[in-house]
Amino acid sequence: MLSLVAVSAGYGPFRVLSDVSLEVPQGEAVGVIGPNGAGKTTLMRVISGLVQFYTGAMTLEGRSIAGLPAHRMVEQGIAHVPENRRLFPRLTVEDNLRVGAYLPRARRHFAEQLDRVYKLFPRLKDRREQTAGTLSGGEQQMCAIGRALMSNPKILLMDEPSAGLAPLVVAQVFDLVQRIRAEGLTVLIVEQNVQQVLEVVDRAYLLEVGRIKLAGTSAELKNNDFIRKSYMGL
Amino acid sequence: MWKGPIAKMDIYLLEAIINGILLGGVLALLALGLNLIFGVIDVVWIAYADIVMCGMYLIYYLNVEFGWPLLIACAVAIAWVAALGVLVHVLIIAPILGSAPINQLLATGGLLFFLQSFATLLFGTDFRNIGVRLPILHLGGVYISSARLLAFAVAGAGAIALFLFLKRTFVGTAIRAIAQDRDIVGLMGVDQRQIYLVTSAIGGALAGLAACLLTLQYDVHPFIGNTFGPLLFMICVLGGLGNMIGGFIAAFVMSQIISIGGYYFSTELSYVFAFTFFIVLMFLRPQGVFTR
Amino acid sequence: MTARHAMFAGLLAALVILPQFVPPYFMHLLIQILLWGYVYTSWSIMGRFGFVSLGHGAFMGVGAYVPALLWNYFGLTPWIGIPLGVGLSVLLGLIIGYPCFRLKVVGHYFALVTLALSQVVMLSIVAARDLTGGSLGFTPRAVGYSWFALQFPEKIYFYAISLVLWLFGIAVWYWVDRGIGSEALEAISEDEEAAATIGINVVREKLRVTLISAALTALGGAIYGQYMMYLNPETVSGIAVSLQIVFAAIVGGTYAAVGPTVGSFLTISLNEGLRVAFGTNFIGAANTIYGILLILFIIFMPRGIVGMIEDTVKGRWRGKAAFYGVIRRPSSADQ
Repeated sequence: MLSLVAVSAGYGPFRVLSDVSLEVPQGEAVGVIGPNGAGKTTLMRVISGLVQFYTGAMTLEGRSIAGLPAHRMVEQGIAHVPENRRLFPRLTVEDNLRVGAYLPRARRHFAEQLDRVYKLFPRLKDRREQTAGTLSGGEQQMCAIGRALMSNPKILLMDEPSAGLAPLVVAQVFDLVQRIRAEGLTVLIVEQNVQQVLEVVDRAYLLEVGRIKLAGTSAELKNNDFIRKSYMGL
Repeated sequence: MWKGPIAKMDIYLLEAIINGILLGGVLALLALGLNLIFGVIDVVWIAYADIVMCGMYLIYYLNVEFGWPLLIACAVAIAWVAALGVLVHVLIIAPILGSAPINQLLATGGLLFFLQSFATLLFGTDFRNIGVRLPILHLGGVYISSARLLAFAVAGAGAIALFLFLKRTFVGTAIRAIAQDRDIVGLMGVDQRQIYLVTSAIGGALAGLAACLLTLQYDVHPFIGNTFGPLLFMICVLGGLGNMIGGFIAAFVMSQIISIGGYYFSTELSYVFAFTFFIVLMFLRPQGVFTR
Repeated sequence: MTARHAMFAGLLAALVILPQFVPPYFMHLLIQILLWGYVYTSWSIMGRFGFVSLGHGAFMGVGAYVPALLWNYFGLTPWIGIPLGVGLSVLLGLIIGYPCFRLKVVGHYFALVTLALSQVVMLSIVAARDLTGGSLGFTPRAVGYSWFALQFPEKIYFYAISLVLWLFGIAVWYWVDRGIGSEALEAISEDEEAAATIGINVVREKLRVTLISAALTALGGAIYGQYMMYLNPETVSGIAVSLQIVFAAIVGGTYAAVGPTVGSFLTISLNEGLRVAFGTNFIGAANTIYGILLILFIIFMPRGIVGMIEDTVKGRWRGKAAFYGVIRRPSSADQ
């Protein structure tokens, strides 16, 4: 569904990604792993339109989506759950979700989508009038994901969903990812927690210093010596 | 009707207090507008009071020179000032959005210069009044200008309308969101530029509404902006720049000081008190009294 | 460097000789250009570091009214009255500046506080109308030629005084620029927190430059009052004057010492040109144009005219370089 071919990107003169190619087939979950500073977040921002890439090609369902700014990417069906959640701290949970449904087509189905999100995350429903900044880490992550789901996207990008969360909560989050997948959503996850993410995705890419170093199914990568030694401490 | 301690109070003082509250209404409306724009776009329109002046002149000309009914003139003025707001943003603010904040302040300062002088050029420095004389009401021994009462009521309605818009609608919620995190609203499909335009239009509309209310009570002249402009800034800074509720409350506090000060002393001196109060408060809480 | 020196020397020589050949009316214009140029320069001494005050009208007003009032009511010579006015201005600067800087009131907030200050001063002058004549203005008692009263009917005296004052302003500008304080101020304008962590006493440095600027501006107001022999709260205090000062300094450019003076020359020439061309038909035309120019300058030429010339000469044309901010001197990283 989503395809990047030889994409290079960065911030002004500072190149971060070089010649990155990846595929996210429809209905699958794909992971991108790698160390800090590898460019994982930049990759997410390129896909969601917050950052424009220098060269390469990017298509969604065969249509080119190069050069579109973020708010147009959402129209195309890409939803990005940012690193560190980035909820609107002084808005209520429901208000945050409401912003997620800003698109005209999303507004029409606001009540439906809200129901769907509350069914997925019953805890959010309990806290719908609570200010987002006062939620716990795990609840914030749920809210952030919910907010992204409000636009009824075709593909969900998740940037380090486990960051800053206690291990118990991390397990819950990945459980959530499974549930979302079960609904048929295509997911692209960027993660540092290699072990957990490889359990959840079908295939993954290793990004180091802005380049794809390895690619394969999650089974292949789980058994890969390099990955085991460098990223799983085995 | 007024028994007990209130009856013992000098009736004129009571009048001053009530008038202060009524005056505060329009100032509060303008404070909402300024704070909205600042909270969202991060710019202070130094020329905001002069944009109100533009609205006042339009009402005067439509009503007095062209004979349009007052209500129609007011409605047109609100729409026109809203459009002016968008124009200001597109022509002056947008080109320098990325530059140092002081540039933006100075650019709107240039606009102030321009508006005041252009008005002088077009209309001369005479004071003009639309000549509407609303009755003075006599309630329980107190004399209240019904124009002021009307202004207060309408301003209140405007504030409530704004509040509902921001709280309940999608665009309104997006406006509140963008004030809290500008960079990622795009991820929700919100077009930053569009929101800026809407915000500028709303700010302009509020100024237009204020213009309608002010023409009922005051004469218009090119420099009328200077009479309430600095006061408005102090109100907003006092309440915390960008804090709409803070500015709202501060508007009433300041207008009380002016009203009561004007009762005991002269109008100019009351402004001096207000300013002094403001500066003293700045020392105590420089971020604004009600900032989070 | 030496080319600059030569140009300046040439300009100075011209200014000294000029009165011989020029009718009194032009002298009047020159005096205005020099006096206002001096005031704009005084503002830019702090303005160029990003400490933008929108309230210098307050200092000018106090500096102008105090000696005039003392002269009329007590016969106190301006030689004492002026220092008192300057002292009061400095006190005012201290009262506003110290808390602002101590409590980190910067940027927008500082500009708005100073704006409020200039309004208070103007309103105070108007409120005390029994003493000051309010909006109708105030006329110092004229005694003809007198060093004691600092009054001279013949323009040549004030021309000389303005010239000296103007040079004094430029000298102070350079003194602040070359002094060790200026590097501290640049650091502060770049990043106050960081500057504090490397041991710069932020409050003291900011206060110092503010008080210098206030004192100089007050002196300018005083001399202006003595020359014009008529004071009006609108002309020497209030928002309009404050903005006028900022506008001229920016148009001329705050990066160079003569920048603000260029701004003065341009604005006064424009004013005169319009007056000659249209008479009193188009009151407000000049300011209308100023307003538009200010906006255009900020968008397209934030470094002002002198800055633009400098850039062109040094091949650094940046065009829409509003990014660097009107006032901040570009750091060496920008070269």
